[in-house]
Amino acid sequence: MIQYEKFILHNGLRVLVHEDASTPMAVVNLLYDVGAKDEDPDKTGFAHLFEHLMFGGSVNIPLYDEPLQMAGGENNAYTTNDFTNYYCQLPAENLETAFWLESDRMVSLAFSEKSLDVQRKVVCEEFKEHYINKPYGDVWFKMRELAYTTHPYRWQTIGKELSHIENARIEDVKHFFFKHYRPVNAILTVAGNVKTSQVLEMAEKWFGEIEPGEKYVRNLPIEPVQQEARKLTVKANVPLDALYKSWHIYPRMDQRYYVADLITEILSGGGSSRLYQSLVKEKKLFNNIDCSHSGTNDAGLLTIEGKLVKGVKMEDAEAAIEVELELMKTQLVDQKELQKVKNKTESMIAFEDMGVMNRANSLAIYELLGDAGLMNTELQKYNDVTVQDIMRESQIIFDENNSNTLYYYSNQSA
Amino acid sequence: MARWPTDRKINIMNRTIAPKITDAVDFDLRLEPYQKFVLDNGVEVFAIDAGSEEVLQLDWVFNAGNWYEDKNLLAASTNNLLKNGTSKKNAFTLNEHFEYFGSYLNRHCYHETATLTLHCLAKHLQELLPVVQEILTESVFSDEEFLTYKQTNKQRLEVSLKKCDFIANRLIDEYLFGTKHPYGRYSSFEAFDNLEPAELQAFYKQYYLHGKCTIFIAGKLPSGIAAIMNSYFGALPLNKTALPKIEHPLQPFDEKKYRIINDPEGVQGAIRLASYFPGRKHPDFAKAQVLNNLFGGYFGSRLMSNIREDKGYTYGIHSYLQNHAQQSAWVVSTEAGRKVSEATVEEVYKEMLELREELVDEEELLLVRNHMMGTLLSELDGPFHVMAKWKNIIINDLDESYFYNYIQTIKNVTAEELQELAKKYLAPEKFYELIVI
Repeated sequence: MIQYEKFILHNGLRVLVHEDASTPMAVVNLLYDVGAKDEDPDKTGFAHLFEHLMFGGSVNIPLYDEPLQMAGGENNAYTTNDFTNYYCQLPAENLETAFWLESDRMVSLAFSEKSLDVQRKVVCEEFKEHYINKPYGDVWFKMRELAYTTHPYRWQTIGKELSHIENARIEDVKHFFFKHYRPVNAILTVAGNVKTSQVLEMAEKWFGEIEPGEKYVRNLPIEPVQQEARKLTVKANVPLDALYKSWHIYPRMDQRYYVADLITEILSGGGSSRLYQSLVKEKKLFNNIDCSHSGTNDAGLLTIEGKLVKGVKMEDAEAAIEVELELMKTQLVDQKELQKVKNKTESMIAFEDMGVMNRANSLAIYELLGDAGLMNTELQKYNDVTVQDIMRESQIIFDENNSNTLYYYSNQSA
Repeated sequence: MARWPTDRKINIMNRTIAPKITDAVDFDLRLEPYQKFVLDNGVEVFAIDAGSEEVLQLDWVFNAGNWYEDKNLLAASTNNLLKNGTSKKNAFTLNEHFEYFGSYLNRHCYHETATLTLHCLAKHLQELLPVVQEILTESVFSDEEFLTYKQTNKQRLEVSLKKCDFIANRLIDEYLFGTKHPYGRYSSFEAFDNLEPAELQAFYKQYYLHGKCTIFIAGKLPSGIAAIMNSYFGALPLNKTALPKIEHPLQPFDEKKYRIINDPEGVQGAIRLASYFPGRKHPDFAKAQVLNNLFGGYFGSRLMSNIREDKGYTYGIHSYLQNHAQQSAWVVSTEAGRKVSEATVEEVYKEMLELREELVDEEELLLVRNHMMGTLLSELDGPFHVMAKWKNIIINDLDESYFYNYIQTIKNVTAEELQELAKKYLAPEKFYELIVI
């Protein structure tokens, strides 16, 4: 049970406090309700580029990192399709330094041209390192465009192409900041060796006077229900053929999301999971096989992906996956097998909650979803899933008309 | 849309003035002591009982790293296949058991040591320990399991060989230590093909079943943990046989500079610069950690500030001291744009030159000291972290003075000492230099 208190400042900033006297550290986590899904289709990758610019100095403080490091702190940030999250950890004695730095960034950035110029290059190198200069690095660009026709999950947080990042201008940066980086669109979580009263006082002092801004109301295009199977064939300079299949699943707050999550665990959560045992160990069709889902707030994708053993035909590999999915659709899984994945989930949650940084982060994300208290009811939602749910949802999710298949061939074979 | 003028400043307080801080360098950091007990067979168990969640981490550390193998990949393959069958259970049954109880059993093979690590909820410990015991006494390395392992790993290797960073990491170690040395040796298709399951079985017998083992446990310990551990591991035939004394001479390459095109279409170069550094027992080691932080050891370092934050040549650049027991190396590592790779190497040398020729100012040195102490404070947070510190000390035959000496060095090392150290170690002519496109 994670204890916390919630306050809302008069400018709309939500403040959550989680006390933990067992650590010498304090964590300040600031989540902004803007992600890659809020981008213009012609300016993709911007939310993430912007995240980099948040470290380029603010209106009253020329450098963000140095004062934090001087206070013994460490920080980082990440951008997802749904939100952008900034966090720092520092000795609890120096908590106020984090308030000073974070609040000044919320007052206003410095909007330095030099910072924009450098971070455009840095992000382009990040793009190259992870998505271009890497075998199979373009898979997710292709899969997202195949699976989403309409919803902005069509592109990844890094963006569709380098030119979108190269073309970013300082006017775009200012516009984005004043639209999204306002108290009404943010959630501040403070956790660790802190006192709630002290946090509230600091929050009022440093954030209380910032102009509230306008609540950003999202109006995203809705992905139409997929009506027929989609397939794409690619040839690339990679050594092994690979197969990727994705199906649409459910939004984060739908109870069926938990069913889908457990389905991925049954299929590939470890050495005793179904796909690994059947397709890697017994039939020796794949070198590796994984099943995962995108974990997004809006309806995401559940994906099975694997690299084929050399000499295995794509049709045979795909048919073998279908056999396993057919079993999921037509036979109830064992109670014991379901209990296994529930037990794994229980312990995964316990390990994740060990670190105060993770706890602060989770509280913010659940608050974004509607209520930080959801963090404490999560396990129950997994435990509520029945073997009937698993079979019913397998039938719906693994419907052929809901499938998106990417055949990724090596141009070195055949 | 509300739009505030961008030069708006809030006048209620002066935001340009930083809140007062406590310098982390003044913290009095202590390493929480462990409890130690010895099993009937002489195996030492080090335990840290702390934490609020009901979670445990157990490590069985064996002297079974590639230092002890007489054939490439023997140690790593044996370690990897530890979970793939005993005389009573096949791989599936073993995995299912650990997974049913929501636990994770991982293996890692290093140069000197190889480990088995269990993460679990404390309430399930007694269901899991008998099966760990079975793995440590009755593992079987079957042809079937070995063939699957060999095939998947060879094909994975094919994929990895397409990556410039993977190639660069292998080559730089080879230049430093030589292909035959455990630190410089790397995997190959031939090495996989040359292995036989019987050799794995023999390695297992010598280095696990009759090997030298040390156990570490951290988390919220169940009561009677010493008796529990003794009942499962106290009668095993461990720590009876002396380890063979094996020497591996260094065989460094003569040529220092390398440029390799692995992928003609590549858009980035994997850059590695590396030079010898004596191991952690050398008196320069702690000071070198401070100099390394300044040079390329954290986000605010000279390398990161110049090459990423000023020039935008890379997403990240780091320097570090390799974590080897016998012989270390000082390494600079980055992936930079192909067109700016050579310029990146030049900038690294410029930063070395500056550290050799100019004293670091007190402001920057205090920043490094505070940041290192703050980091150390966070690294002492929670039982697993504390145990990681102790494990490093115990496995490397050090004592806690190593920890306190490190802290004293962070607090007291002078700018002059750092400059001397830079002159001694950060000299371009001593560095191997590699770019893999």
